[in-house]
Order: sequence, then C-alpha cells, then structure tokens
Amino acid sequence: MCSDPNKVIDVTKAVQDVILRIYRWDSSGTWGEDGRLVDYKVPVPSGMTILDALIWIKANLDHTLSWRAACRMGVCGSCGMFIHGKPLLACQTQVLKLHADVIEIRPLPNYPIVKDLVTDQSRMIDAHTRIKPYIIRTETPPEAIAGEFHQTEEELVRYLQFSYCLKCGLCMSACPTVASLQEFPGPQPLGQALRYVYDTRDEGFAERLQEIDNKFGIFRCHFAGACSEACPKGIDPAFAIQLLKKEIVKRAIMGCRTPESAGLMPAQQDNAVKAPNVPATPAFTVDQKK
Amino acid sequence: MAAKDNDLGIRGWVYAGRYSLQRYAYTLQRITGLGIILYLLIHLYVTAQKNAGEAAWAGAMDAVQPLHIGEYFLFLAIIIHACNGFRLVWAEFGLGLGRPIKNVYPYQTCLDRNRIFFYAILAVVFVLAVVGTADFFNLIRVL
Repeated sequence: MCSDPNKVIDVTKAVQDVILRIYRWDSSGTWGEDGRLVDYKVPVPSGMTILDALIWIKANLDHTLSWRAACRMGVCGSCGMFIHGKPLLACQTQVLKLHADVIEIRPLPNYPIVKDLVTDQSRMIDAHTRIKPYIIRTETPPEAIAGEFHQTEEELVRYLQFSYCLKCGLCMSACPTVASLQEFPGPQPLGQALRYVYDTRDEGFAERLQEIDNKFGIFRCHFAGACSEACPKGIDPAFAIQLLKKEIVKRAIMGCRTPESAGLMPAQQDNAVKAPNVPATPAFTVDQKK
Repeated sequence: MAAKDNDLGIRGWVYAGRYSLQRYAYTLQRITGLGIILYLLIHLYVTAQKNAGEAAWAGAMDAVQPLHIGEYFLFLAIIIHACNGFRLVWAEFGLGLGRPIKNVYPYQTCLDRNRIFFYAILAVVFVLAVVGTADFFNLIRVL
C-alpha cells in the first residue's frame, strides 16, 4: 500500500460524512466478551467502496481494525462482510449507494469470528472438500485418458453458470438452515456438487451422494432463496440445490443409474483442413527449446 | 486460535432483513407450520377428553372456547402453508425455476423466474382469505 493513504483514496472531494458502525472483537478481550460496535466518521467521495472506507479508517483513524481482502475487484471473494443487514463483498459495495448516514458492518454470520471482521471459513471449505469438487472418472482412470472430451454447447451451459463460484461464503451467511443446523453442508458445497453432477465428463454422482443426501443433507433446504440473492457472481445456489434434489429423486427412481459420460474427441488428423476465418496461433512467448 | 461463535441460530431463519418477499415467505411457511402443529396438539388433547367422560369433554370445550378466534388464524395459516407449500414442492422438482443460463450481469436468478408463480400463489391466498373471512364472520349474510 502507498505510504500516504490519501493518495490512494482521495477524500478531498467528499460528498458527505458517513458513520461506519463496525463490530470489534478480539480474543484478548479488548472489546469485551461479546465485542462492541465502534463508530468511525468517514468523509465519503463519490464511488468510495466499503473496502476503501475500511482502508481509510485503518490508515487515518484506527490501525488495529482488521478485515480480510485481496483483489479489490470482486474476483477473490475475500472481503465478504455483513453490511447494512446483508452479506456483501466490501469491494463491490459503494458507500453512497446504501443511502444511509449510519452503516453497520459486522463479520459474516454463521462463521466463527477470528478478529473484528475476519471470520474462520473452515466450515465452508471442509464441506466443499467433502463433496469432492473435481471430475471423478470411475470407468477410466484419469491417467489412461488420452485426448479431449467432447462436450456440446448445451452440455456446457448446463453447468457453466455454477462454475464461477468464488468461495466467498456469502451464501452460507444468508442461509437460514446453515444458521440453525451445524451439520447442513450449506448452499456453496451443494451448489458445487451440482456443478460436477451436471458435467458430462463426471462419473462421481454415487460417490458424492452420501455427503449430499443424508439426515442433515440437501433436503433440509426449504428454498428460502437468500443464498441466490446474496451471491455476487450470479451462481444461483438455490437453483442448483433444487436441480440437485430433482436429480437425486430422478436417479433414485431410475435405480441410481449414472448417464453415459462424455466421449473423447476424435484424434487430430494430419491432413485436416483449417476452418476459414480462424486467426493464426500467436508466436510462443517462451523459448520451446528450453 | 480462540474464535467467537457467530451462528445466528433461530434468529437466522426468522430474520429476513433486506431480502425479497420469497425470503419472507420462508419465515411465514415455518411460523404457519409451527402454528398448525400447535393446533393439532391442542386438538388431540381436547378430543381425547371425550374418553374421560361427558363432563371432562364439556370442561375441555369450555376451556378452549376463548380460543375460538384462533380457528380463524388457523384457517389463514393453512391456506398460506398449503399454497406456498405447493410452490415449494414444485420448486423441489425444478419446476417453475427455468433452465441454467450463462450468467451475464445483471444476473438473473431462479427467484426472478419463479416470482410470477409466487405472485400467482399470493393472489390465490388472497382470494381464499377473503372468501374464508366473509364466511367465518358471517359477512355474506350481513351483506
């Protein structure tokens, strides 16, 4: 970060002052056992995001304030917080767009608080790991596959939407079932389970089923839809979960039969004719001899 | 490392905050469901008093008489729970939610595609509530 934060965030053109009421807690008990809301007055110029405001507070008012952030452009999913009553990415939320003089910022609910706005997201990561978020091949081992799988545009669109997940965890904070049931995997892992179940290259439905459909599994979701509203990337986890329920019922009726997985593309022919209007391959940027 | 528990618990499913109407429908579905269960328990207790004799039955009926207006709220709870439950069962089979699409900003979710279905359900609930209210309070005869 630049040594002078005012050069990074120019508050000389501030439109109005806004109070950020931020939850503070640390394990040493500085802010009491239950933590405390602390007010910070921030001069807000047009376009300032919550993350900008937090950086400004840390540089100018209180350097002990903690939060997690990385990319500042809604790609890494690190800066999820409970802002003004909703789980949002701090880097994608403009202060003035909230139309409030006082904005309350709390750590994401349903995750243990490590310090101030920093939460421990192990719960989501562990559940995500358990649903095996990778392509599973049961018929052919991956090392025996020599070629590319054939997949049509329609087959791609079926799961593409669900594959943009940032793992920001906002959906888990929004979910009412996650809030009251520790064993429920949550919308993020279940949504990602569908992403692989719907991938024609995958054969791992039966392997994932135990984790997805158990006593505290997918059928504990009652379609509140808050996860889809909270998702900053339009992944639509609520939709994924309903489709996965349908898939589970369908395959249970059909005897858990896994559809035939995608086949391999035919090998490249030496005498193949290149399609017209396809630009030439760019030159290598690395010396191929090394 | 010490961490502070931050689960919302029951508050998490009651509080619908700045979410859409469908999120409020979730809370309403649960509250009406619990109300119907409560009624069933009271109903079972009261009708079971008949086994204890005519006097016990009459006593139980007298005891619940002040709760008569509760039957009206029970009626409202049942129509809300049944109609919204119908929408939810359909959704669980992936019906009324549309198909997966390429997510291009501004993002469209299944909630947007399901909203027309949701409003239709609200309209049915409204009509049933009006008819039921008129019948319960004898408004039709008055008119």
